[in-house]
Amino acid sequence: MSALVKVSRREFLLLSGGATAGLVLGFHLPARGDERAPFAPNAWLAIDEGGAVTVWVIRSEMGQGVLTSMPMLVAEQLDADWHSVKVAQAVTDPKYGRMSTGGSQSVRRSWEPLQRAGAAAREMLVAAAAKRWEVDPKACLAREGAVMERGGGRSLPYGKLVADAAKLPVPESPALKGPGEFALLGRPIPRLDTAEKVTGRAIFGTDVRLPGMLFATVARCPVRGGKVKTYQAAAALKVRGVRKVVEVPTGVAVVADSSWAALRGREALRATFDPGPNGKLDSVEVSARLADPAAKLTAVRSEGDFEAALARSKTRHEAVYQFPYLAHVTMEPMNCTARVDGAGAELWSPSQSPTWAQGEVAKALGLPEDRVRVHTTLLGCGFGRRAMPDVPVEAAHVARAAGAPVQVLWTREDDIVHDYYRPASRNVLSAGLDASGKLLAFRHTVRAPSVAAQVFEKPEGRPDVVGGAFDLPYRAEAVLVDCYAPAIGVTVGWWRSVYASQNACAQECFVDELAAKAGQDPFAFRRALLEGAPRLKEVLELAAAKSGWGGPLPPGRGRGIACFPSFGSFVAEVAEVSVVDSAIRVHRVVSAIDCGRIVNPDTIEAQIEGAIAFGLGAALREAITIRNGSAVQTNFDDYEPLRFPEMPAVEVHRVTSAEAPGGIGEPGVPPVAPAVLNAVAAATGVRVRTLPAGAVKVPAAGQRS
Amino acid sequence: MPAFALEVNGVKRIAEVDEDTPLLWVLRDALGLTGTKYGCGVGQCGACTVLLDGSPVRSCRLTTRDAVGHRVLTIEGLSPDGGHPVQRAWVAGEVPQCGYCQSGQILSAVALLAKNPRPTDAQIDDAFLGLLCRCGTYNRIRAAVHRAAEEMRKEARP
Repeated sequence: MSALVKVSRREFLLLSGGATAGLVLGFHLPARGDERAPFAPNAWLAIDEGGAVTVWVIRSEMGQGVLTSMPMLVAEQLDADWHSVKVAQAVTDPKYGRMSTGGSQSVRRSWEPLQRAGAAAREMLVAAAAKRWEVDPKACLAREGAVMERGGGRSLPYGKLVADAAKLPVPESPALKGPGEFALLGRPIPRLDTAEKVTGRAIFGTDVRLPGMLFATVARCPVRGGKVKTYQAAAALKVRGVRKVVEVPTGVAVVADSSWAALRGREALRATFDPGPNGKLDSVEVSARLADPAAKLTAVRSEGDFEAALARSKTRHEAVYQFPYLAHVTMEPMNCTARVDGAGAELWSPSQSPTWAQGEVAKALGLPEDRVRVHTTLLGCGFGRRAMPDVPVEAAHVARAAGAPVQVLWTREDDIVHDYYRPASRNVLSAGLDASGKLLAFRHTVRAPSVAAQVFEKPEGRPDVVGGAFDLPYRAEAVLVDCYAPAIGVTVGWWRSVYASQNACAQECFVDELAAKAGQDPFAFRRALLEGAPRLKEVLELAAAKSGWGGPLPPGRGRGIACFPSFGSFVAEVAEVSVVDSAIRVHRVVSAIDCGRIVNPDTIEAQIEGAIAFGLGAALREAITIRNGSAVQTNFDDYEPLRFPEMPAVEVHRVTSAEAPGGIGEPGVPPVAPAVLNAVAAATGVRVRTLPAGAVKVPAAGQRS
Repeated sequence: MPAFALEVNGVKRIAEVDEDTPLLWVLRDALGLTGTKYGCGVGQCGACTVLLDGSPVRSCRLTTRDAVGHRVLTIEGLSPDGGHPVQRAWVAGEVPQCGYCQSGQILSAVALLAKNPRPTDAQIDDAFLGLLCRCGTYNRIRAAVHRAAEEMRKEARP
């Protein structure tokens, strides 16, 4: 084993004790995994002679429960005793392929391979027992960590079988238990990481401590494309605890004995910046660029003849919705710890994309990829921000320049100003209805900068900016979805639910406007158009029923509904709001979801609760405005997510489904804002089309149209 | 470097830091108590909350000098094994998602319940107004506070 690994083991061994299910937080296992384990039929699991099962997880835990759901998939088919299952975070290694967590993909991608991995191991253990007893494997069955003879005969725990099982061939297509036989999947199994998280023992990126480690902050130009012009290295070096001032591609790093010294040292630098070509950009110009009347639109989905259908319509309606840039503000600001020496580079990163980070660090340092290892710590939120490899690359540069292991710490101000924002957008919708209120023509034009165009050299496939809008589920004679994606000098990225966050809001608010034009109830109007989308229709009906749609409400309150399919799941939400002194108060959100087959119902509930809080902050208040090329907002006083007293009562109802698993981290977000804004319109008659809603100016009674 | 004697989790600790160093960084960098988190540095999020003589304070805004002479309690000192009723309620209610803010949330609950064994929803709102959770665990926190309150009242009965 390499020296690197030895240090890692000593520093990071964090085992939850005894023979209980638990969390083995990373870093303690040999790089190549399992050669020392008595039985490790594949990269995902190993069983020792004591019967302890270790499951390696390549997904990053950012609150969505993968450190529990992934081992549940393995343990289910392994017929493991759940209390003997431990979970470990995998370190980058070719045997794991690409390690990344995003797009609400973890369960969807792992559903089958992890069950197969468990089933293969179970078959080998059964075969080993059958061989020892000289009986047919069919006469044996596995249950709770043991193989027994059917009809109650001999029994051997897995630990006594691992040596024999390891000598057997790994079955290529093991038989999988069916859903009717599931003992773990579908049950609210308690999360394995909770004990660490209520005692302060959980290790997030910023909690990594290495021998001889220093702390660094970096002065960076706040404008995309700008650079540091001048700085006072000597002044920074006078700050007690500051060791070095080094230049790195992103700016100037101050390396110190402590976080505080690094922060003080950076202040002392008094860095000045050359903002470059984007130095005069502001939000007014961004809006103007998005609204460019000369923009060339690209049609992405075109069914029927939109113009002809519109011309035939009895009622026509058009509306423009506008959305701001948004920050992620993960609770744990960006950070990464790196060590670069003759052996290569080793990073400890709260990353959603360890393999991408590994590749980018290798390129940045001119190292072969196999000399870069990335350990994934726990993530203090992710939301897509931590998919980007910028912070690991910066940390690697700082560590190399400093000649010591370094933790690069971003302040909250760094985190907001240097974020990869949810793109601003301008959504133009137009539609036509016939005399009976039937939808004839529907057009959704998305004008927004493209994340893919900024991140990738050659973006592939459908333009990303129409995400969500493309999947319009309502039946119309003619549908046109088109887009315009100008390059704008503001850094953009993936934000929980990505373009569905704007496009669903515009679509679902506009559909409510159409229902009003047609003189129909917004629930009934949607329902009639969803014949071709039965799963969405079912959650719409469920949310309506559970919310008491159409029933009485206290005076001053309004209900709003929205539904949206995204990331393989179907969600409808009904919000109940009132507006008092221009302030929106959300009292209750009733949600219904169909996410196919499930792993852990409690996690699903938690993710929907969280998605509602996340979506509400954006609907009500969050916005990044640009002035002189950079964000005006810098901390939680001017970029304020939803706070505790603002959290509505939340109900989560789930449709039982035998469909393939859908995503769960993101699909709860898109319907929140439109449900709330539709409820505001119902309560006050005011239609909010520019987000965030902020203060709602309700006309005095009698002045309402 | 000046040295300050602090009482942290019932133990006297010597920290050699500048006197204006926020307690947060002393705990995390000098004393190795990383359960207390940095979130904003300006007292807006509550992730750095510790108890000072039993009351919640934002350790990012409290200097080392001002912490001297007071009892500091961090998440690591709440119980040896996670057995405090508030921690048990957090486990039973499956409160944490990412978990980053939870040390501050838990200590705030401990302080609230020490002062008010039967808090109303409105009083819980007040106590947690300054504590952000971006994962949105607020409703579970509220339920766990009520659960812990009930457990603590049961334990208090003779």
